[in-house]
Amino acid sequence: MDNLKKTPLYDIYEKYNGKVIDFAGWALPVQYDSIIAEHEAVRNNAGLFDVSHMGEITVKGKDAYTFLQYMITNDISQLNDNQVIYTFMCNKNGGVVDDLLVYKYNSEYFYLVVNAGNIEKDYKWLLENKGEYDVEIKNISSEVSELAIQGPKAEKILQKLSDTDLSKIGFFYFKDPVKIDGIDCLVSRTGYTGEDGFEIYMPNKYVIQLWEKIIETGKEDGLKPAGLGSRDTLRFEAGLPLYGNELTDEITPIEAGFEFFVKLDKSDFIGKDALLKQKQDGLKRKIVGFEMIENGIPRHGYEVMINDKKIGYVTTGYLSPTLKKNIGLALIDIEYAKTGNEFNVVIRKKPLKAVIIKKQFYKKNYKK
Amino acid sequence: MKVLEGLYYSKDHEWVKVENDKAYIGITDYAQHSLGNIVYIELPEVGTELSAEDVLGVAESVKAASDVYIPVDGKVLEVNNSIVDDPSLVNTDPYENWMVLVELKDKSQLDSLMTKEQYEEFISKE
Repeated sequence: MDNLKKTPLYDIYEKYNGKVIDFAGWALPVQYDSIIAEHEAVRNNAGLFDVSHMGEITVKGKDAYTFLQYMITNDISQLNDNQVIYTFMCNKNGGVVDDLLVYKYNSEYFYLVVNAGNIEKDYKWLLENKGEYDVEIKNISSEVSELAIQGPKAEKILQKLSDTDLSKIGFFYFKDPVKIDGIDCLVSRTGYTGEDGFEIYMPNKYVIQLWEKIIETGKEDGLKPAGLGSRDTLRFEAGLPLYGNELTDEITPIEAGFEFFVKLDKSDFIGKDALLKQKQDGLKRKIVGFEMIENGIPRHGYEVMINDKKIGYVTTGYLSPTLKKNIGLALIDIEYAKTGNEFNVVIRKKPLKAVIIKKQFYKKNYKK
Repeated sequence: MKVLEGLYYSKDHEWVKVENDKAYIGITDYAQHSLGNIVYIELPEVGTELSAEDVLGVAESVKAASDVYIPVDGKVLEVNNSIVDDPSLVNTDPYENWMVLVELKDKSQLDSLMTKEQYEEFISKE
């Protein structure tokens, strides 16, 4: 673990019994207590995640708005100040460079939150495409820590530590600064679990204090520290994609089933031509949800077959802790991608039967 | 981490409990702990003849699938279906909840396995 990057919370994982693994070059806890217990805590009460590995990049300047409109697939023309939007950055072929959140302070100041494994790539990509745009792009990832408090009791718990009325922060809105336990933070009602909750950004030096305070305050409401293991099962059940699984440089957002976040009718953006063409020509493959009929747990990378023909592969699969079913997502040839169709997932060399179902496995429980 | 007296242990974290010419085999407390919540178990068919280091079965946690190896040659006499029905039993008590009962082919193979003390020493370095 010595060669891995560490968040400012690394030293306290042990105190909470955190089991550290290598995640995209970062030493992060996969679990503290157990993945299932943490998963259930988030669905029923609340969980606290250290997500300080996530990257933060600021884009400031006269052309910040036009520059970002060109860089991302979603449309920020209607975005209010203090609003957050989920979007993709695509390459020229329409493949996904990254999926990210864009926080709008004003039309000359945006704050991007990107995946840990893509920080350098994204930063470079933004700089490469800066051209004549009058913007200043700064990668502040190493200065910022982030905690995510997620679950139906997240607001109640966090409210105990703040004088700001958190109920006034709407879904996908943020406020900065908000004092939490006396510390100035950026707080947004966002998350990656399918539950209500907040993501809290602050300078590194305050994160241990805030972590301990939230854990202590949330205890009586059933809040647990939660690791990457449950973060992944939670986002998966809620139908949220993971970069590296459902999204890659080679998979387009349309193939992944996230066309909603791609606005082909807005002004030019990188990847637009390729995505338009893909729409016109029709998809050759796409991601579908499936449930195992025969007993076996599908996992990332397992092959999907019909008879002896490989038609795709599993992007994510689990025994869903909430639904108690073996379910997954698979990228497969379009001709087979119809709800109700059956195919085989190859698990330890055995083809086991599965059926295509709708991808929203778990109904999201957002407070809107 | 619990390690019981009187069992033999492998470096892949299986235990072997010998009763005359037969042996119960399961995974250790260390193994169940590293796996986390076990949600799926696959066992061989009764009658299967296995050589030492063959895959005996599979234990899957929420996160990943792990092979379980048989540390000695053996013919499968019984499998514990109760852990197939409820894999979490292995988390609760990995020594009580054995995976298979085998007929031992060569008891001298047991000499290459670890004792309680040796295994404790072994896992302290993992």
